[in-house]
Amino acid sequence: MDAIILQILNGLDKGSAYALIALGLTLIFGTLGVVNFAHGVLFALGAFCAVAIQGLFSTSFETIDETRTDFLGNPLKVQTPYVEAWFGETMGGVLLDWSVPIAILLAVPVMALVGLAMERGLIKHFYKRPHADQILVTFGLAIVLQQIIKYFFGANPIAVPAPDVFQGSFDFGVMLGFDPFTIMYPYWRIVYFGFALAVIAAIFAFLQFTTFGMVVRAGMADRETVGLLGINIGRRFTIMFAIAAIVAGLAGVMYTPIVAPNYDMGMNFLVLSFVVVVVGGMGSLPGAVLAGFLLGIIESFASMSAVIELIPGINQVIIYLVAIVVLLVRPRGLLGRKGVMED
Amino acid sequence: MSNRFTRRGVIKTGAVAGGALALPTIFTSQARAFTNEPTGDTVTLGFNVPQSGAYADEGADQLRAYELAVEHLNGTGADNGMLETFKYADGSPTALTGNGILGKRVEYVTGDTQTNTDAARASARSMIEKDGATLITGGSSSGPAVAVQALCQEAGVIFMAGLTHANDTTGKDKRANGFRHFFNSYMSGAALAPVLEAAYGNDRKAYYLTADYNWGYTTEQAITEATEAMGWETVNKVLTPVGQGDFSSYITPVLQSGADTLVLVHYGGDMVNSLTNAVQFGLREAQANGKDFQIIVPLFSRLMARGAGENIKGIFGSTNWHWSLPDEGSQAFTRSFGTKYGFPPSQAAHTVYCQTLLYADAVERAGSFNPCAVVEALETGDGLPGIDSPSNTGFVFDGLGNGPTLYRAGDHQCFKDVLVVKGKEEPESEFDLLEIVEVTPTEQVWYEPDHPQFAGGQLGECNPGA
Repeated sequence: MDAIILQILNGLDKGSAYALIALGLTLIFGTLGVVNFAHGVLFALGAFCAVAIQGLFSTSFETIDETRTDFLGNPLKVQTPYVEAWFGETMGGVLLDWSVPIAILLAVPVMALVGLAMERGLIKHFYKRPHADQILVTFGLAIVLQQIIKYFFGANPIAVPAPDVFQGSFDFGVMLGFDPFTIMYPYWRIVYFGFALAVIAAIFAFLQFTTFGMVVRAGMADRETVGLLGINIGRRFTIMFAIAAIVAGLAGVMYTPIVAPNYDMGMNFLVLSFVVVVVGGMGSLPGAVLAGFLLGIIESFASMSAVIELIPGINQVIIYLVAIVVLLVRPRGLLGRKGVMED
Repeated sequence: MSNRFTRRGVIKTGAVAGGALALPTIFTSQARAFTNEPTGDTVTLGFNVPQSGAYADEGADQLRAYELAVEHLNGTGADNGMLETFKYADGSPTALTGNGILGKRVEYVTGDTQTNTDAARASARSMIEKDGATLITGGSSSGPAVAVQALCQEAGVIFMAGLTHANDTTGKDKRANGFRHFFNSYMSGAALAPVLEAAYGNDRKAYYLTADYNWGYTTEQAITEATEAMGWETVNKVLTPVGQGDFSSYITPVLQSGADTLVLVHYGGDMVNSLTNAVQFGLREAQANGKDFQIIVPLFSRLMARGAGENIKGIFGSTNWHWSLPDEGSQAFTRSFGTKYGFPPSQAAHTVYCQTLLYADAVERAGSFNPCAVVEALETGDGLPGIDSPSNTGFVFDGLGNGPTLYRAGDHQCFKDVLVVKGKEEPESEFDLLEIVEVTPTEQVWYEPDHPQFAGGQLGECNPGA
């Protein structure tokens, strides 16, 4: 029982990331009709916003301490972070400690700009081209962006810790009446799950309760008619692209304490997120969220050693198996609109 | 009368003429005694390292070390590095004088293994066939190492392996043209076991998460055999895909399995992620079987330790070399590397630097670049003092940072002291991440070439190619 609860919890944080990325993908596909293979790298860009903020806060100047020596026996060059020199040691330490949440402030404008530049600069020219062309050009863009990240940050993962107050784990087991240390769950993953829910809620509220959102929804349903009503739907869709990029970026920022980011982290998520979109139903926002959490949890269960012993390697393929079954039984996906991808 | 210049005729004549023109080069290449015999006043070495992929940082550090080694061999560096300390068993200095190799200036080409077997073979092949490299060296993973070693054997060039820790490289996949300076899984197990017993007792239940490729398998086997021999129990062994990212679903069952020790047979980015996950899930604070839960990482590197940050503190592992070693050779290398690049070298850099010097010296002693002469030079010698074994023969050297070292003739594996290290609790600098707990003497990590963990392969005959 405790093992099952643990795997559900485990699935929730992975599912949160899948859901956020898939939500962005669906927003883009639903509005612009573009299959964006660069979406995974947007997730990675977000993560590297956190790395950049951490790097910025740890940028130091050198003073030479004659009393100590370095590894070569020369006088030790002591590194003092600028933030500590400017804001005092305590405040500087707090800034560095909280660099992941602070990185959100950087990620929002950066991701919005990247999203706008991508859409206006490149993807716009591919609206009327077949999906295959869109996939090729966005995939190419993803490779370019990935290599840019690698150029600046190297190939090894860079640890970006969560703030001290969120270090360690919460003992769910004790709360539910199990022995201590049976169900441990890191605080930061709880934060991540909550954060994902908040972002998802915000997106749905935005689409549901604002005029802008209403127009976008109308445009998703029937772009031509909305256009005929004299509404510049194209501009709104561009903004939606930027919002989708922000969502992916935020998912990336907050994910950094869970898995140390490296330059190709986006690709792993990209493929899985596409499966999530397909399972949830192309163009269906609730479907993307539902399928994200569902597949996260299924993947977690498939990684249990009892399951792997039964069917070796199942953890590697389970998501694709689910996708195959869904496509065979219900080609439009779990919550997909009738007719989408069924012709 | 028909026109004598038909299209067919011209092509035929052309082909014959072309063939005739090509003949002299065919003859010259046949006239060579061995593959890529250097004929001019330079010799080309091929450095095959991961410049992209998961181990790219290790690869970058290897390239720095190679560049330094080439400078030292050519006598163009700011100092002479370990050329000054490198000596033979009798204490006499080596034949290397900073005048290239056999008087030929050393040049080099580089290839990108991408930490991928096919890419590694392709880049090695290109450096042999296109650039005329007499030596292929480098790499940071056992998969590519074994593949490139086999390729070099077929092509008739020497392979001086880089960072490769799987037993297979000098075990079932050993080749006469291949040599490994780096230590291996068996040695890690043999060195770690006594330290673990002293620290954690002989009643432990261990759970293994193992990278799913040849290095993972042999390391898991070596550590389980060494720890079970001292009374530990193995609760479970789980293979994990390379490049997994989030290991949480593998970590969470550990506490429920009844285990009180987790062994992470992961390297590079995988190790950074699995260790971070394990710490996040409270394993280091947990209690199991009435004991503090412990984590062990059999193969450590400083580059990895940097990625894992705080999480590495207090965790035991083993390593081939560390820049803080006090011996003359290590200090000379650290000074030389540190002065040029501003930070100390990694174990990956150290092993490839040594390999380059060892190759150059073997060529000098052999008086030829012929791979078979090089093999003979590295196989000939009296062996290490103090080890009573019929297989204790081969070239012995000292001054390269690990004390007296044997290149064993029977399997081309180096035998030297092994370092057991621990993540340092209070580092004094950003490079000061590992603390040397014990220098395990060679006798303790010695094994015979037919040991079950290494059985199955044949060294075979050296191949000069051509």
